[in-house]
Amino acid sequence: MTTAELHFLLDGRDVRLTNVSPTTTLLNWLREDAGRCGTKEGCAEGDCGACTVVLAEVRDGQLNWRSVNACIQFLPTLHGKALFTVESLRAADGRLHPAQAAMVSCHGSQCGFCTPGFVMSLFGLYQTEAAPDDGAVTDALSGNLCRCTGYRPIKSAAHEMYRLPVPSGSLPAPQWLPGDAAAQALFERLSALDADDRTLDIVHAGGRFTAPRSVDAFADCVAAHPGATILAGSTDVGLWVTKQFRTLPHLIYLGRVRELDRISETDGWLEIAAAVTLEDAFRAILQHYPEFSELWRRFASRPIRNAGTLCGNIANGSPIGDSMPALIAVGAEVVLRGGRQRRTLALEALYLGYQKKALAPGEFVHSVRIPLPGQARDRQLVRAWKISKRQDQDISAVFAGFCLQLEHGTVREARLAFGGMAATPKRASHAEAALTGRPFDAAALNDARAALAQDFQPLSDMRASATYRMEVARNLLTRLQLELAGAATRIDSMEADHDRP
Amino acid sequence: MTGPELEPRGGAGSALPHESAVLHVTGSATYIDDLPELRGTLHGAIGLSSEAHASIVKLDLSAVRAAPGVIRVLTADDIPGRNDFGPVIHDDPIFATGEVQFHGQALFAVLAEDMRAARAAARLAIVEYDRLPTVLGIDEALEAGTRVLPDISLRHGDVDAAIAAAPHQLEGTVRHGGQDHFYLETHIAYAIPQEDNTFKLHSSSQHPGEIQLQVAHALGIEAKDVTVECRRMGGGFGGKESQPGQIAAIAAIGALRTGRPVKLRLDRDDDMVLTGKRHDFRIDWRAGFDADGRILGVRFTQSTRAGYSADLTGAIADRAMFHADNAYHLPAVAIDSHRCKTHTVSNTAFRGFGGPQGMFGIEEVVDVIARTLGRDPLDVRKLNYYGVSERNTTHYGQTIEDNVIHEMSAELEADCDYRARREAIRQWNASSPVIRRGIALTPVKFGISFTATHLNQAGALLNVYTDGTVLLNHGGTEMGQGLFTKVAQVVARELQIDVDRIRVTASDTARVPNASATAASSGADLNGKAAQDAARKIKARLTEFAASRYAVREDQVEFRANRVHAGATVVSFAELVHAAWMARISLSATGYYRTPKIAYDRSTLSGRPFYYYAYGVACSEVAIDTLTGESKVLRTDILHDAGQSLNPAIDLGQVEGGFIQGMGWLTMEELHWDAAGRLRTHAPSTYKIPAVSDVPLVFNVRLWARAINAEDAIFRSKAVGEPPFMLALSVWHAIKDAVAAAADYRVTPLLNAPATAEEILRSIDDARQRARSA
Repeated sequence: MTTAELHFLLDGRDVRLTNVSPTTTLLNWLREDAGRCGTKEGCAEGDCGACTVVLAEVRDGQLNWRSVNACIQFLPTLHGKALFTVESLRAADGRLHPAQAAMVSCHGSQCGFCTPGFVMSLFGLYQTEAAPDDGAVTDALSGNLCRCTGYRPIKSAAHEMYRLPVPSGSLPAPQWLPGDAAAQALFERLSALDADDRTLDIVHAGGRFTAPRSVDAFADCVAAHPGATILAGSTDVGLWVTKQFRTLPHLIYLGRVRELDRISETDGWLEIAAAVTLEDAFRAILQHYPEFSELWRRFASRPIRNAGTLCGNIANGSPIGDSMPALIAVGAEVVLRGGRQRRTLALEALYLGYQKKALAPGEFVHSVRIPLPGQARDRQLVRAWKISKRQDQDISAVFAGFCLQLEHGTVREARLAFGGMAATPKRASHAEAALTGRPFDAAALNDARAALAQDFQPLSDMRASATYRMEVARNLLTRLQLELAGAATRIDSMEADHDRP
Repeated sequence: MTGPELEPRGGAGSALPHESAVLHVTGSATYIDDLPELRGTLHGAIGLSSEAHASIVKLDLSAVRAAPGVIRVLTADDIPGRNDFGPVIHDDPIFATGEVQFHGQALFAVLAEDMRAARAAARLAIVEYDRLPTVLGIDEALEAGTRVLPDISLRHGDVDAAIAAAPHQLEGTVRHGGQDHFYLETHIAYAIPQEDNTFKLHSSSQHPGEIQLQVAHALGIEAKDVTVECRRMGGGFGGKESQPGQIAAIAAIGALRTGRPVKLRLDRDDDMVLTGKRHDFRIDWRAGFDADGRILGVRFTQSTRAGYSADLTGAIADRAMFHADNAYHLPAVAIDSHRCKTHTVSNTAFRGFGGPQGMFGIEEVVDVIARTLGRDPLDVRKLNYYGVSERNTTHYGQTIEDNVIHEMSAELEADCDYRARREAIRQWNASSPVIRRGIALTPVKFGISFTATHLNQAGALLNVYTDGTVLLNHGGTEMGQGLFTKVAQVVARELQIDVDRIRVTASDTARVPNASATAASSGADLNGKAAQDAARKIKARLTEFAASRYAVREDQVEFRANRVHAGATVVSFAELVHAAWMARISLSATGYYRTPKIAYDRSTLSGRPFYYYAYGVACSEVAIDTLTGESKVLRTDILHDAGQSLNPAIDLGQVEGGFIQGMGWLTMEELHWDAAGRLRTHAPSTYKIPAVSDVPLVFNVRLWARAINAEDAIFRSKAVGEPPFMLALSVWHAIKDAVAAAADYRVTPLLNAPATAEEILRSIDDARQRARSA
């Protein structure tokens, strides 16, 4: 059973569209067709946040709210969801939403062009968190650039909005205020949309968008159309259209496949399926690997993590993808599926060369399996470190994922994986060998540092020179040793008044 | 608490929200791309060169013309008038012909039924080039002797003798990078053909009057035939001063050639590749100083990368020369200024306009002197501050009459606990294995006025309607800085009416002609005074009328909080206005202002270029990671002089925002050109401006409570747009302090801006190596 009609909710009202070009972005639809020009284009690549909108959908039996970048979301991915834009927030009687009122009273806008995006990121925060601390506020705003204010007043507004009365009216109340009629009504309508098992199949002017609902149907569709593009969060594929002007004849969307939006724990493995967003994936991973909190926080921005998927990052296989070095270090595996066949590979074995992966035609990354830390947690040293020009939303110059198994002061096993150092995410096998079977002392460190030259010949580009990449990769081994010794090594943990008289 | 009858709401001095704040937060503030499109509107895209310097052998646009949706292709042959948008010297072709001079230069434009069709088609051109030799960087240009403008020298005193006679001499070279404006709204123009070969343009421009002239010149028509309007920009920062001319001209040429409205909005990548940026500088210096660190003579060679054309480089490089002193008295100075021609995009105005570049040099000199002498850099800074009534003549001959840097500096030093923290940081560093901290307190003195004296004029138009409401228009433009809010507040105070009775309308060349660019921080100074002048004219007419109507003397007529008192009679402002209209009194007035006192001789680089100076001080503390070079600002304290602020909330926003933008320039914002002259950082994915996590962990920003403008600027306020940008030099010098700590304070760090992690690590390695061999 299929349907060609795209159906979603905007401000709670049904939007039903046929004849939609599959690669029309949500932003362009809003601005050009829906007459909603409040949402802005600042970069068309998901990096500035001026286009931020909020989506609601039903997941795990409740309403789930998330901010995303409209500029790189294709319109058909909205099927079955509820969309809120900056125009959605003001009450019918003209009263501003707390996110808006606080931005006014805190002087959070100057030129105003980025402001709708900030308001929507604040709205996303408001809907999901009852009392965010500074870190949560910063995280919620990590995908929004402002060139005028310097952010201070916007951060103030994020706290101020919670001091204002909760809006009443047609806008659904935030998650932390249960029992709201508008939220219940939205939940019911979205549940009804979610119950639709039909495959969305849009064919329009040489383009096609197929969104199956079951993993078998999805796998069959991918196998039948090996030349099609698999679409998940579109945080990269979106740019193929907006930046490279590529024509994508057939998109097969996995975002509506129920079985692929699953996180499970069995037999000592955490398994994260292909449709799970980066944000949800990291929250699950952090339960077991709190060492990855920096990776989580610095992985793109909140709206990108709300849209992009962990398996998408893995399947994309960029040499500067941030998740892979960390996951390779802890021994993750990927589950590949082609038709009805499944196979499992060590994650590092997926990458054959620059943009070359061990994926057969018609095969896709079904899930990633991450071994849970064993009993000997205290003898395992896990670290994941990102080096880039900026804290928020940046691409790594170098990324390092490390996992050492230690026994009585001796390194029993070393897994050292790097991004940004080669054409693929890659283990530093020579450096690993230099550390294995001996104490992690100064001599071992020196040998491992030297061995990196055999493992990598990095490139120079706009993010960093080859010299810097190599030096930092070596210094991160030094940092690892210092952390093993318990030294303070991170500016991230610095506080302003540290040791003040 | 003063009663509501004593002051109108929102008059000058009150911390009113931005006039468009509610529109901003609801998404209903209209930017040009949000305007309803007229029927038949075409969308444009520009075809860019793929070589940095080459002869164009063949430009084959047949595939572009044949692409789906394409209606028209424009080349230089379609320009009936002058193929130029240069603001000063006419060396900026709208479309390159014969030769391309930078990678990304405009060759042609496509007009199509929608923007995606236009952008896709623009990539289909087949261009054959004959490559020519390139000059890409400052060093290459110095070597090759290429310039966009002649070298300029300024001499003040016998500098060589002063340096030779000084107890100590030092010299060095320091460099800083350029900066992309990264206004969130990219360049856009919407050209609408109108009757009788006239044109209306919406242009995201800080200078509609210049757009009007440039469009007229390109179309071969006259100024009277073109009107240009701009309600607001989504940020400008100088990037929309001269640069919108090309965009507007192309849209207008398209409108002329097709008879249809043409919208030309650059996508982010094209915007960053095609339009100019902040000038990067190489500064070579030599200084003579005494044992305490007092500068006796200093020589600078300021070499800047202008790019392929002059644009505003002359005035920018001049301002760099004028700010080579920052807040310091330099008894003998020589400055040689090289305006280098390179095969890169033509650099342009950017907040500070050469000021930050000039200050960067002298702050380096002061810092190196202090470190060489083993003194606290703050002590050497203070020692060299200009005097208040002596040692107060600049190297260009202006006497500083309003110096408050001593008071401000002392106040901040005490408030932020500088001395104790500096000591604590040194102790902390001694036992920290990886992280080093640094601290610096730096001053800002910034000259206010356009250095081109004739630009220091402004006009306003004020209409009072019979219901007592006011429509205000002035020559300034709104780019987020709150100018419209402030000027409305000036009129509210002058006419004593609530600010919500005043509407400020879009900048429009048909309402206020010949306006200068909204630039040089001058917007509120100039337009506030012009609007005040208009308001006073209206007020004088109403006063005369009221005196006659109520049979009192004119000095018995008083405007107070929406009412007019005429002796014992009290009427509302609206009543009086209506009565005046019935009595046939004109209720519309133009206002005009020209800045007094300034006079400056460009041939000798001397005189009084600046009406007054704005001051500020900042203290920043940073931490750096000596393994990776990463840095973080832990705390910044700022005290800034906005005079008697017209709007403390808006001014605070300018200070905070300017500081963060300056911090971006000096730390993370890196423009990377490859060996072929291609800009590789042309989108936010590769060009990183500060984001929310980069705000200092502790960020204490205050307007100086005792501030007042010594000159009669509008209500004794001071310009605030640009000066705070340079407060970020405190971050730069704190990073240098932390790098020095990484080598146990044994050598002076050599650091160039931006201080990316890579540059910091390189500097640490270099400092440690020199410390070992010292």
